[in-house]
Amino acid sequence: MGAEFVALSLPPIVIGVLVAIACALPGNFLLLRGQALIGDAISHVVLPGIVVAFLLTGLVATGPMLLGAAGAAVIAVVAIDAVRRLGRIESGAAMGVIFTAMFAGGVLLLEQSDTSNVHLDVEHALYGNLESLIWLDATGWASLTDPVALAGLPVELPRMALALVVIGLFLWLFWRPLALSTFDEGFARGLGIRTGPLGLALVIMSAIAAVAAFDAVGSIIVIAMFICPPAAARMMTNRLGHQVAWSVLFAALAAVLGYVLAGYGPLWIGASDSVSAAGMIATVSGIILGVAAVAGPHRTRNG
Amino acid sequence: MLADALLLQLGYNATLVAIGACLLGIASGVAGTFLFLRKRALVSDAISHATLPGVGLAFVIMVAMGGEGRSLLGLLLGAGVSAAIGLLCVQWLTRRTRLGEDAAIGAVLSVFFGFGVVMLTVIQTMNAGRQAGLESFLLGSTAGMLRGDAILLAASAAAVLALVLILRRPLALAAFDPGYAEATGWSLPRIDLAMMGIVLVVTVVGLKVVGLILIVALLIVPAVTARFWTERADHVVIIAGIVGGLSGFVGAAVSATAPALPTGPIVVLVGFGIFLFSLLFSPRRGVLASVLTHLRYQRRVHVRQGLLALAQGQPIYETLTQRLLTRAGLILPDGVPTAEGQAAASKALLDETRWAIVRGDQAYALAATRYDGLTPIETVLTPDQLIEIDTKISAPEVVA
Repeated sequence: MGAEFVALSLPPIVIGVLVAIACALPGNFLLLRGQALIGDAISHVVLPGIVVAFLLTGLVATGPMLLGAAGAAVIAVVAIDAVRRLGRIESGAAMGVIFTAMFAGGVLLLEQSDTSNVHLDVEHALYGNLESLIWLDATGWASLTDPVALAGLPVELPRMALALVVIGLFLWLFWRPLALSTFDEGFARGLGIRTGPLGLALVIMSAIAAVAAFDAVGSIIVIAMFICPPAAARMMTNRLGHQVAWSVLFAALAAVLGYVLAGYGPLWIGASDSVSAAGMIATVSGIILGVAAVAGPHRTRNG
Repeated sequence: MLADALLLQLGYNATLVAIGACLLGIASGVAGTFLFLRKRALVSDAISHATLPGVGLAFVIMVAMGGEGRSLLGLLLGAGVSAAIGLLCVQWLTRRTRLGEDAAIGAVLSVFFGFGVVMLTVIQTMNAGRQAGLESFLLGSTAGMLRGDAILLAASAAAVLALVLILRRPLALAAFDPGYAEATGWSLPRIDLAMMGIVLVVTVVGLKVVGLILIVALLIVPAVTARFWTERADHVVIIAGIVGGLSGFVGAAVSATAPALPTGPIVVLVGFGIFLFSLLFSPRRGVLASVLTHLRYQRRVHVRQGLLALAQGQPIYETLTQRLLTRAGLILPDGVPTAEGQAAASKALLDETRWAIVRGDQAYALAATRYDGLTPIETVLTPDQLIEIDTKISAPEVVA
């Protein structure tokens, strides 16, 4: 424990927790609005965005990739809406058409272009590489107060923290109009709240969470964190504030427990190698949801 | 090369795969139509992602029993079992808890997929697992397929297509008119169960061809595309089958021509191309048709309003109206009506006057509902009625 833990396990755990909370926060509202699968769609279309950004700039740099991913997310949301309106197709099917086509395009571009010398492949996009985000400059707990060592933190950590702050700020500022428009859109509009732009802003916040998280942890954990912690929290309470608090707790719990189980679990049962942390975090969040669905005090529709 | 592939000249295995993909496409197009019409299209996304842990566990079990672990049949059986469990979880979460179906789908697909990824990393650490190639189930890969696997693929695709054709009547009934289906003695839950069963089999068979991430497209895209071309229930099913079959066949054939062309994405993009064409150019519901209809309507309104202005001697300032009237030879470029224009203008004014009387008279209440400012009155009323109305017009109208 000590030095090794701070250098190898602490940064991934902290990043995992930040990702989980950043996704779970907007996930609460998406869930209540019946848009839970938007997170699914966004995290699939991030891949073509990143591939196009790479092909245009020729380098694996954070800035262009984030821009590309965010652009793809916006294009996907607009395209889904366009197909829904123009073709008079229900939104689930419209979503299915657009995100699969964009994902297929991304995979094809990736296979066609020469990316053999850079770290960019489909598997990485799906389940990321949380374990590789280590902090080489750390020598022990004391490094946490050492500015020189802190400068060597994985870049994903401050980026994720920034995304979380932006999302938290958005929810804090627009809490009342968001809550109103989520539960009674007509009433909210009657009060003069512009529900259209507000809904789009929520989707953009979700996209920010998905895009910032994607690079570190892959899309599977993003989808799980958008849905599972809020869904489990929904079984615990009828109050929105409490639900958001529960979802943050569940998200953090899933991230920590999942990482520990993936990193140390196999060692405890005698195996030598660890398993995918992203996959394990998603699994743990599913177990939490399962427990809440069986035993949560407000699990049924009428209570 | 491409022509060879499309004409099935690339060897026995590639031909089997192409035919299998075509049959699979037809089956998934037809099954997907029922799913789409029951508004449950994305349930298939949960089903397909839920296959991954089954594939992994089946591999581990087969290795533990001393086998090589790569038997396609065994892997697909495992996929089927875990997909069925995933489907049950979706149903249970939707029925027994307060979660909506979309949240249940998202939860199941992410958690099962996450657990599947854990299984994959476990397999990578096993000695037998290094070349397992289970990743090919993510995106589909038919390159270098063994003969036995190709035969299995083609045969099971044919079997699932036969199953869909046998069950098409109850499925169509439940999709288009659930109330009538129940009233005539069908059990709706049982039909839904059969539908989900078929979707599950399509998904599992499609794993090797299209991959679990994209198989959902093969179920949704053909159905959505077919809806653009017809309003008739039986035709939607047939067209969806054709679109699905075409995507499967062309996708598999194109992908066989080069190693860097993975099957799944190509199949999906071919289908999406057909969808895009339909969205833009379908004669009744397409974007182009809507735009043309709108423009035609706009022109009729402008001409009509221009003629009424002429009839009342008012000048026309609106440029589009001027242009349309000039082009039709109704006015001269300086805005003076031609003889033809005067005739058309007085006709329009007479029409409008007659409509005004019809709309003011209770006796014509039904006819008055047809008024939209464009419909000529003689298409609504008989000549006798028109004569009666004309007697109520106070003074003859004079065109300036």
